[in-house]
Amino acid sequence: MYTDKVMDHFSNPRNVGEIENADGVGEVGNASCGDIMKIYLRVEDNVIQDVKFKTFGCGAAIATSSMVTEMAIGKTIDEALVLTNQTVAEALDGLPPAKMHCSNLAADALHEAIKNYKEHNA
Amino acid sequence: MKKIYLDNNATMPVKPEVLEALLPFYREQFGNPSSLHWAGRMVSGAVEKAREQVAALINCSPAEIVFLSCGSEGDNFAIKGTADALKDKGNHIITTSVEHPAVMETCEFLERNGYDVTYLKVDEDGMLNLADLEAAITDKTILISVMWANNETGNIYPIEEIGKIAKKHQVRFHTDAVQAAGKIPVDVQKANVDLAVISGHKLGAPKGVGAIYIRRGTRLTRLMHGGHQERNRRAGTHNVAGIVGMGVACELALQNLEENYTYVRKLRDKLESGIKELVPEIKLNGHPNPDLRLPNTLNISFAYIEGEALLLHFDLKGIAASSGSACTSGSLEPSHVMGAMCVEVILAHSSTRFSLGTDNTAEDIDFVLQELPPIVQRLREMSPLYNRDELTPLSCDECRIIRRI
Ligand SMILES: Cc1ncc(COP(=O)(O)O)c(C=O)c1O
Repeated sequence: MYTDKVMDHFSNPRNVGEIENADGVGEVGNASCGDIMKIYLRVEDNVIQDVKFKTFGCGAAIATSSMVTEMAIGKTIDEALVLTNQTVAEALDGLPPAKMHCSNLAADALHEAIKNYKEHNA
Repeated sequence: MKKIYLDNNATMPVKPEVLEALLPFYREQFGNPSSLHWAGRMVSGAVEKAREQVAALINCSPAEIVFLSCGSEGDNFAIKGTADALKDKGNHIITTSVEHPAVMETCEFLERNGYDVTYLKVDEDGMLNLADLEAAITDKTILISVMWANNETGNIYPIEEIGKIAKKHQVRFHTDAVQAAGKIPVDVQKANVDLAVISGHKLGAPKGVGAIYIRRGTRLTRLMHGGHQERNRRAGTHNVAGIVGMGVACELALQNLEENYTYVRKLRDKLESGIKELVPEIKLNGHPNPDLRLPNTLNISFAYIEGEALLLHFDLKGIAASSGSACTSGSLEPSHVMGAMCVEVILAHSSTRFSLGTDNTAEDIDFVLQELPPIVQRLREMSPLYNRDELTPLSCDECRIIRRI
């Protein structure tokens, strides 16, 4: 059902955790859907230095969270804003169709964290 | 890798004796039992023998057994067949909010076609209030349909008592005995049941065969039109090998009923007490009294984590179980059974069913008890809900939890 890449990120998720005094924090999803993703950012000179995540959710939710952290690290804020749920899913060689609504929210969580960062630094 | 199968309520392996017995019916004994000639005659006796074996398991007469393709067909036949046959008498059906989809969705179909259906509530343990059941009966009630045992929680319903209520009010009584048959005693006469459904692949026979008990004199409109097989009650050339297998599986189940009960119950209880001891913040889904659950079934929610993620980690260790999470049900909602029991939504997403079989060993359970706690802990540490102060957002426009009240 899942691609090898999804299973890799699911079983060895990258960047799990929290960042203390993060520059931006974003959370999306909700319990009734069964997926909640929380993303923490550390930003310096407009460049994302570090990303960490915490996720409650299925295999796809965990894998997309892990993938989005890898994709975002090292990017400028503007570059990171170009990432979409679709590009995250593509980077994992695709997700099963049923997972596209609920579990593919990682880029949304990243954007929320960026929004939160911008509010702090406005 | 070690392979541990704990999903016997989904399906179970064909028993070796069953396979042995059915293979000749794919080879030299290939005939159609409805044929007059030697090839037909060679197999018609085998079908009738299987009918006796199935009848013995549930204590009815062989003539009251009709072979089908699966349990779902039986539930459809019982409910739609009654709805049509008794349409001049009434249009009201009473069932529960925890039935298998084969019953639930058949009732929903009938609702769209002019029937009224009462879905009885269950309490937090998943049990029925029989006073509610009796109070729901009206002069338009044509059928009561209550499962003998629940596939997700293993809860066993008081079928004999419901049978008495049905008899008192002269309402027809159907029970989906798919999960009960072969695991606990099922006596359709003692329980005063009119229609009971069982499925081959849940008791050691192959997939693609099932049976319905139709009490003598029960008018039922047929579901499958066509040939005159099964005394005109079900068209379709017999799945002879499957039927033979089902007969042998029922005979074995009857012979070993007590022994198997004791064996799997011991393993299940070991798993249950082991998990309770080793993992904090869990919830048992189903009746707390293990006597009121199937001996092989354990359904547990692990707070803060999601069921599919848990199953994937189990799978990576060779452990097969199942979950009531939305992600594994193929919908956006967690199991309707958990919803009906008012299990909190996050816990519903993590409900995990272990259903054991006689092939399991104490070593299997030890292995699960060794692997499970670190998996749960790892997922909890990854969860934003774990050790969290503020409560979680619980609403979503696109999703809702079905709670039938
Ligand atoms: C309680 C119950 N009823 C009916 C069925 C359907 O049986 P079958 O798979 O033979 O159609 C199942 C199988 O999951 C079940 O558990």
